[in-house]
Amino acid sequence: MSGAVGEAMSGAVAAGAHQTGESAIFWILAVVSVAAALGMILVRKAVYSALMLAAVMFSLAVLYAVNEAPFLAFVQVIVYTGAVLMLFLFVVMIVGVSSTDSLVETIRGQRVAAAVAGIGFAVLLLVGFGHAALPRATGLQEANGNGGNVMGLARLIFTKYVFAFEVTSALLITAALGAMVLAHRERLTPKPTQKELSIRRVRSGRVSPLPPPGTYARHNAVDMPALLPDGSMSELSVSPVIARRRTGTHEDLRGETPEVAARHETATVKAVVEQSVEVEEDETK
Amino acid sequence: MTGHYLVLSAILFTIGAVGVLIRRNAIVVFMCVELMLNATNLAFVSFARMHGDLDGQIIAFFVMVVAAAEVVVGLAIIMAIFRSRKSSSVDDANLLKY
Repeated sequence: MSGAVGEAMSGAVAAGAHQTGESAIFWILAVVSVAAALGMILVRKAVYSALMLAAVMFSLAVLYAVNEAPFLAFVQVIVYTGAVLMLFLFVVMIVGVSSTDSLVETIRGQRVAAAVAGIGFAVLLLVGFGHAALPRATGLQEANGNGGNVMGLARLIFTKYVFAFEVTSALLITAALGAMVLAHRERLTPKPTQKELSIRRVRSGRVSPLPPPGTYARHNAVDMPALLPDGSMSELSVSPVIARRRTGTHEDLRGETPEVAARHETATVKAVVEQSVEVEEDETK
Repeated sequence: MTGHYLVLSAILFTIGAVGVLIRRNAIVVFMCVELMLNATNLAFVSFARMHGDLDGQIIAFFVMVVAAAEVVVGLAIIMAIFRSRKSSSVDDANLLKY
C-alpha cells in the first residue's frame, strides 16, 4: 500500500519536473520557430528561406517529442527536414540560387493589405483560443502504455483508419506518377551517338582540348591568354564570354592593360626560348 | 500547456498565410504552405495529448503523407513552368489572363 502511495508521489514529482522542463523547452523553441518563420517570409533569397524552414521544422519535431509523440517527431525529421526540404533545395538549385524576389509590388498596397489581413486573422484565432475552455491535458500514458506509441498508432492505423491508409497508398502512387509525367521532357532531336560526336569533333578542325589559360604565362587569371611554346598568344585559351568583356586592369600588371602585358610576356618567352635554343646548339658543338 | 501550443500553432499558421500572400517566388509560397500544414500538425498533436487518445497523432501522420505527395507534385509543376517560362514568379504565369 505504502509502496503504491510512494510510487504515485514520485510520479507526481516527476510530472512536476516534466512540466517545468517542458515549459522551458516550449519557450525556447517557440521563440526560435517564430523567429525562423518570420525570417522565412522576410528574407529575399529562396535558399535562406529553405534553411529557415528547416529550423522551424526541426523545432516542431522537438515539440512533438515533448508532446508524447515520439513517432511523429522522428517522421517529422525524416520526412520534412530530410526529404521535403532536400526536394525544395534541389528545385531552388535548378531554378537558380541567385534568383531573388523583386521588391516591386505588382498589386498596389498588397503588402500592407496582406499584413493587415494577417494581423486580423491572428487576432481572430487568438481570441478564439482565449475563449476556449481547455481541460487539463489527460496525457498519453494510458494510450501509449500498451506496447508504446508506435504500437498504439499501428493499432489505430490498421483497424479504425485502415481505409484511409489504403487510400493514402493510392495517393502516393498517383503523386509519384504525376511527378514523373510533369517532370518528363520529350526529346525533340535524337540523342547524338558516340560515333556522330567523334565525327563532328574531327570535322571541326581541332581534335585536342583547348589550351588552359596561364600556360607558359606569368599570370594565371582566366582572362590572360595562354602563351604557346613558340611564344605566341593563344586566344583559344580564353573563354569567348570573358574575352568579350575583358576590361580594366589587374593589380599585378603594374598599370598595364592585359593586352600590353600579354605582348610583353610574349617577348620575354620568345627571348628565353631563343636563348635556350642557342645554349642547346652550343652544347651540341 | 495545451493553450500555449495552440497559440504557437496559430502564430505559425498566420505567418505562413501572410507569406503566401506577400511572396511571389512560387517556391517560397510553397514553403509557406508547408509551414501552415506543420502548424496544424502541432495543434493536432497537442489536442491528442489533451484528449488522451492517439487519433490526433494519426491525423497529423496523414497530413504529413498528403503534404509529402503535394510537395512532389507541386515542385514538379514549378519545374515545368520554369522550363517553359524561365521564371518561378507566380505573377508571370498568367497565360489565361487575356
